[in-house]
Amino acid sequence: MTPPEINSPGYEIPAEIRNQVNITTLDRVYNWSRKNSLWPMMFGLACCAIEMICTAASRYDFSRFGMEVMRPSPRQADVMIVSGTVTKKMVPQIVRLYNQMPEPKYVIAMGACASGGGPFKEGYNVVSGIDKFIPVDVYIPGCPPTPQALLNGLITLQKKVETESIKSARWYGRRPIQPIPIPVLGPDLMDPRKYGEIRELARQKAEAEAQAAAEAAAPAGEPEAG
Amino acid sequence: MTEQTQTTYTPDLAARFPEWVTPDSRPGFSGYLVQREHLLDFCKTLRDDLGYDLLSSVTGVDYLPEGKLEVVYHALQTVGGPMLVFKVQVPRDEAVVPSVVSIWPGAEFQEREAWDLLGIRFEGHPDLRRILMWEGFEGHPLRKDWKEPYFEEEVKPYKSRWPDGQVERIEDRMPLQDNVQYPAGFDPESWTPDGDESLYRGLRKLLEDSGSELKTDRLIVNLGPQHPSTHGVFRMVAVLDGETIVDLKPVMGYLHRNHEKIGERCSWLQNMPFTDRLDYISSMSNNFGYALAVEKLMGITPPERAEYIRVIMAELTRIISHLISIGFLLNDLGAFFTPVLYAFEERELILDIFEAVSGSRMMCNYFRFGGVARDFPEGTLEKLRELIYERLPRKIDELDRYLTRNEIVQTRCEGVGVITAEQAISLSTTGPILRASGVPYDIRRADPYSIYDRFEFDVAVRYHGDVYDRYLLRLDEIRQSIRILKQALKDIPEGPVISGKPQWQVRVPAGESYGRVEGPKGELGFYVVSNGKANPWRYHVRAPSFINLTALAPMARGGKIADVVVILGSIDIVLGEVDR
Ligand code: SF4
Repeated sequence: MTPPEINSPGYEIPAEIRNQVNITTLDRVYNWSRKNSLWPMMFGLACCAIEMICTAASRYDFSRFGMEVMRPSPRQADVMIVSGTVTKKMVPQIVRLYNQMPEPKYVIAMGACASGGGPFKEGYNVVSGIDKFIPVDVYIPGCPPTPQALLNGLITLQKKVETESIKSARWYGRRPIQPIPIPVLGPDLMDPRKYGEIRELARQKAEAEAQAAAEAAAPAGEPEAG
Repeated sequence: MTEQTQTTYTPDLAARFPEWVTPDSRPGFSGYLVQREHLLDFCKTLRDDLGYDLLSSVTGVDYLPEGKLEVVYHALQTVGGPMLVFKVQVPRDEAVVPSVVSIWPGAEFQEREAWDLLGIRFEGHPDLRRILMWEGFEGHPLRKDWKEPYFEEEVKPYKSRWPDGQVERIEDRMPLQDNVQYPAGFDPESWTPDGDESLYRGLRKLLEDSGSELKTDRLIVNLGPQHPSTHGVFRMVAVLDGETIVDLKPVMGYLHRNHEKIGERCSWLQNMPFTDRLDYISSMSNNFGYALAVEKLMGITPPERAEYIRVIMAELTRIISHLISIGFLLNDLGAFFTPVLYAFEERELILDIFEAVSGSRMMCNYFRFGGVARDFPEGTLEKLRELIYERLPRKIDELDRYLTRNEIVQTRCEGVGVITAEQAISLSTTGPILRASGVPYDIRRADPYSIYDRFEFDVAVRYHGDVYDRYLLRLDEIRQSIRILKQALKDIPEGPVISGKPQWQVRVPAGESYGRVEGPKGELGFYVVSNGKANPWRYHVRAPSFINLTALAPMARGGKIADVVVILGSIDIVLGEVDR
């Protein structure tokens, strides 16, 4: 067996050991093994999850690409397929699950909702895309994306994995990777990274309201002022 | 049966209780307006003397111009017949209504929903908390004067969407580039999140006394929202004594996508694709219910061929939904994924047909007011015939052979999660849950719509009310659906598939309407109120799987924690519909 993608040309391998020995780079063999065993997390949010199950089922069968093991626990998963509408009530849990996944980890935003809010974007409980909180590697358009589209997305992710290098991978970096702060449910969804801006916004709103109230009161108080 | 239904006796309640109720005389409206003070007496009489034993739907409407909030109740008799609708009106700034949970316990979640979304307080409700949004959320979003952060205009189509022919993303116009808004002067750092405190407070009371001789501690355990058994983002909080469930509270709203608020901004037809995404496994039958509700208001009926196509689609959907439900039930029993593969195999074949007729596998958006979007393409009927006459009956028998007498299935399912007929009725369950408890209530027979009165089929019913019977009932129903499909395929006439010419903006006269179908999960109802404009004034979905969940705690109490997973599977929920 000599998968073309790991066999590095340029070295002459004697014919008698050609089937047992390959010469390759560490990066390539590392990526090759990783990309063919991407385990998605078993995690469905909405309608798109049904198409994700279809992709796992017999007709489309993504185990052909080394993904048959779906794990409900984030600790054993490599890919988070965000398959559906991300609501404000759910997003703290999604971020927590993401933080619990061990590196290297990837995120696929499946469908219009996960990519940017989708048909329900204007809803008061809907987050306009999961990338507002966690980094996304592959976006798959569609509502829902067909299983073929999901497969295409997963293959795209495999291609991305191929381009990585141990040297520059963030999970081998010297500094620990900081978890993403978990959003808080207040009077509306609050991202801890934006507390300052939220406070400023609320202050401006209060000022505007006070001013409007003053303006409304003024003409009644001093009818001859103008 | 049909004749019986038509002659069902509906008494003139206004004449009978003149000091309690008045007829609702607004044009296009029906039913009764009940005095708030007499609501409970009236309801008790309805239930005990007049046989309206099942309270199907409770919801609210905000009549902002009149300064009123209205609570709308739909009650029905499980012996069949049309619904009875009655309403209570209260001033907007003092929205308090007595809770009917003591009479119909099935109102519990729906009253909580009306509180959450409309701010109607139900006095005497045992556990009035927010249900879809979280505690601490600012405002009651379905009130007409409440504006979401991404508010653009009152109704669609928005002019702001394409300024100067350029697309503009609404985020770019928002101060935080996001879908959020905060009260004036709010300081995030001083905020203490509720953290489900109000939920746990109720449950902690049960922790104190375990009552057993062994000095055991009781535990609170959370399942979900990320849990493989919950079929999506659903959460259960259970109080355990050892492995036994003392009490259990469902927590939902993790997929609350504001269907109704969006629906009230959309035009009538724009809502059709949104209904697909309610119970996303059975989009065709969701379309059906909504189309019926609006057609009732418009006073139109679809042509013959369209009626047949609708029935064919709705029954195929039922088959899909039940197949998936059976597959996942086995999944919940521990037969991981293999039975689901059998279910999905057949589903794919039906989806092929959906894709051929509607262009999409799941989100069909196929029904129109007065018909369906387009006729069958060539070859569809032949494919359907092969499926219905040859393949499906064989496959259902196969499933039956593999599972029904399986020892593990039997021991895990028989006698588990039992509810009696009385409980099922009082908890407002519908669909397979109700019928598996021995109540043969099926809207297709009890209050026939479309052309269901032409077909010969039996209302499947089973009597033990346990998980096993719910499973068997679904198998029975698939067989009955095949029976209906065979008749429909034989009789389907040629002709047009939509009455009049297709319109993107329909005129809907003012009034209210409640359209309901027997969906795969139960009674799927759409309550719509029109004020004659291009958009619905109120658009409410009576979601069967949401209301069926009321029965989850009674089914689970006293059982083992491992069985909860199976019980939930047997209720067969789809979160898109539960949370809407
Ligand atoms: S993108 Fe469409 S199909 Fe997917 S979750 Fe959103 S609404 Fe559902």
